[in-house]
Amino acid sequence: MSKEHVDMKTPVIEMRNIVKKFGDFVANDGINLTVHKGEIHAILGENGAGKSTLMNQLYGLLKPTSGDILVNGKKIEMNTPRDAIEAGIGMVHQHFMLVQPFTVTENIVLGTEPRKGISLDMPTARKNVVEISERYGLSIDPDAKIEDISVGMQQRVEILKALYRGADILILDEPTSSLTPQEIVELIQIMHNLTADGKSIILITHKLKEIKESADFCTIIRMGKYIDTVDVDTVDENDLASMMVGRKVTFKVDKPEQEPGKVVLDVKDLHGVDYRGVEILKGLNLQVHAGEIVGIAGIDGNGQTELVEIITGLRKGTSGDATVNGVSVFNKSPRFGFLHGVSSIPADRQKHGLVLDFSIEDNLILQNYGSHPFSKSNILKREPIFKHATQSIESYDIRPKNSEKRPAGTLSGGNQQKVIIAREVQNDKDLLIAVNPTRGLDVGAIEYVHKYIVEQRNRGKAVLLVSFELDEIMSLSDVIDVIFDGRIVSSIPGGEANENDLGLMMAGGKKA
Amino acid sequence: MKTKKGLMDFLSENTFIHILFSIILGFVVGAAFLAVMGLSVGAAYGKLIDSVTSLKGFSYVVVYSVPYIVTGLSVAFSFKTGVFNIGAEGQFVVGSMAAAVVSILLPDLPKPVLIPLCFLTAMAAGALWGSIVAMLKVKWGINEVLSMIMFNWIAFYLSNFIAGIPAIHNTGSAEATKNISENASLKLSKEFIKSAGLATTANWGILVAIAVMLIVWFIIEKTTLGYELKAVGSNRYAAEYGGINVGGSILTALAISGALGGLAGALQLMGMGQRISIFSSQEGFGFAGIVVALIGCSNPFGVFIAGLFYGALIYGGSKLNLVGAPTQLISVIVGTVVFFIAISVIFRYLKYLKKTPKAPAAGSGKEAAKK
Repeated sequence: MSKEHVDMKTPVIEMRNIVKKFGDFVANDGINLTVHKGEIHAILGENGAGKSTLMNQLYGLLKPTSGDILVNGKKIEMNTPRDAIEAGIGMVHQHFMLVQPFTVTENIVLGTEPRKGISLDMPTARKNVVEISERYGLSIDPDAKIEDISVGMQQRVEILKALYRGADILILDEPTSSLTPQEIVELIQIMHNLTADGKSIILITHKLKEIKESADFCTIIRMGKYIDTVDVDTVDENDLASMMVGRKVTFKVDKPEQEPGKVVLDVKDLHGVDYRGVEILKGLNLQVHAGEIVGIAGIDGNGQTELVEIITGLRKGTSGDATVNGVSVFNKSPRFGFLHGVSSIPADRQKHGLVLDFSIEDNLILQNYGSHPFSKSNILKREPIFKHATQSIESYDIRPKNSEKRPAGTLSGGNQQKVIIAREVQNDKDLLIAVNPTRGLDVGAIEYVHKYIVEQRNRGKAVLLVSFELDEIMSLSDVIDVIFDGRIVSSIPGGEANENDLGLMMAGGKKA
Repeated sequence: MKTKKGLMDFLSENTFIHILFSIILGFVVGAAFLAVMGLSVGAAYGKLIDSVTSLKGFSYVVVYSVPYIVTGLSVAFSFKTGVFNIGAEGQFVVGSMAAAVVSILLPDLPKPVLIPLCFLTAMAAGALWGSIVAMLKVKWGINEVLSMIMFNWIAFYLSNFIAGIPAIHNTGSAEATKNISENASLKLSKEFIKSAGLATTANWGILVAIAVMLIVWFIIEKTTLGYELKAVGSNRYAAEYGGINVGGSILTALAISGALGGLAGALQLMGMGQRISIFSSQEGFGFAGIVVALIGCSNPFGVFIAGLFYGALIYGGSKLNLVGAPTQLISVIVGTVVFFIAISVIFRYLKYLKKTPKAPAAGSGKEAAKK
């Protein structure tokens, strides 16, 4: 839609044949990128494809091993972000860099505050901030503290910060990953306002829908290599997906009909408190049978986290019971639960799921390091540990290959998740709990994670799926339990659910 | 500008080179001090090198190094497991006092019984000292650094108190304990020392230090215990999720670290000191252990080399006044070395911060410190 603004003469950004190596690992292998004025240019690639590495070079955080960067036709050496800012480039990181107790205005002017003599001139600063926010339709409250405002507004503050420093080219790194659907619509509107004013935007993402809705052009990167740059209007989501992962992607989950077996997880009248000591589970009842996926749908903060933590032994409940195959795991240790049939894919893969400093092979034995074949008489046996890792990397497609000894922290998010899945699936327990198992993953990885979850179900395991993605709950679950205010308020067969009813029930309303 | 940045990159990515670089800088700064004072750099450093390279000199270096190596291993072990044993000083003191008491009260036990008994009591005392602090941390969340510093002083006064008890106190003029039993001494025989031309204090403590180095390396790298302790050290949440008892691991880590601190005290007593003086100030073996662990990158083999290096500086430094240079020059050199090593950690941390959270953490301080 905004193509009439495109100035075809000199590109504002040109990256030519960029190569970036980390030791032997080639993160970017000859990538080209051309962005014109007034254009929204998406960069699409799987987790770990090299998108962020490319952008970090444009923003002066990393130096290319070889290749040229041109801004407005002039070759520029980007040594630090300051060089990039001076060249008119601004970057909004996926994880915001804001000072929580400061106000919006203070955060925006930080480092370039207007002064009056030796003191700060905050009234002028506030005036300037209000001015640019109105100019681009970025509504903010200049006097609110960051800790009090929504994630969407924090993002607008980040964008304003870049604009305040005179950015003409904005890099947005996965800008929608933490936004609500409504906030995403607003963000896309803001992006169009900015390009209408002559700004250019580089959008790093793996969400195809957003590319179709906002971008003019899209450059696709796969495993560090430049694949193509396409006009977004001429392709559909399936084309983009297959260019990104290099094969046909199926969005449908193949799930054969099957009769559920005996009860595996049985939660009875569970009560528990949250970290503040406030009662959050108020008599929750839940059953998961063998060969069945039970999806918990609910708005964050209704007791999902505490429910999972109690079953996995990370938190003590106040009363009630939770049994796995008839054995109570209520108020026992994580190891007790593990030994009695509980495995889990935790919500926070970097906090609970992995020891990032540990190698992949060591992360793959996080619960089993003390047993056969990985150790004998308390001595670790490196050979079986290594073999186990090699085989897991192979069968779970963990990338890069030959990474047995690499710290898990050096992997991309999707591959970190694969390590966890490889471990939990191979633990081969009767109950698998998966909490937001695809958060932050790209379509290729999501397809993969879903495949393994369904496979566990098909093999007769009980699966408890907790997710904030309604699509995921609806496409995977055999039974959907809606959680509200610490209880399961309704339980419906997966096939019969629709988004509206679920939304209503999740908000505490009754089923129509 | 460009080459400078390259150098920084090179240094922050190669730990060994960085340590070497810091050591060289330490000597450069030391030389600058000498020059400013109008002293001959050549004479001072020549003396330093001379005094540690002869057979006799080197045997002194080895003897001096033993307590530093073992306290260094104690601190390094704690670093690996995510706690900071700044209490090695106190553990050293209670360990050496425990060994002294045992050998003074049971002087007639045969050597093969008394020596291991002294070692074990010293280790038990050090382990107890470390465990109390660990209990405070695990049960009530009290920061281990604060309580350890206090426990260092408790050990200090406890040792002075015990040294004053009539059964232990030397009845002669010296403000010290009685000498330990001959049967508890690690010294080599006088005849052997004379014929081999070794240091008069030559003892076989170094063999114990080598054994401890190998055991520490084995525990950290090869055992399930090491796996658990490292997991708790780098991510206690994931460790807990994986079924590891976090509180128990912290307790074990500090008990082992404390036992090593205590053993270092026994080695110093039984090898060199033969008795414990009433302290007027902290002797600093434990604190030196922190320096040694830092220079040795918390790697058991690195710590061994760093301990020898530190011992060489201390012994060589004591000979500096023979050429009119101040002994304190050593403190300047060590201080500078530590300063530059610490700076490297800061640089690595800054580099790490500069990278976005998604970039590979290849240059992160934590990871590099592990190597």
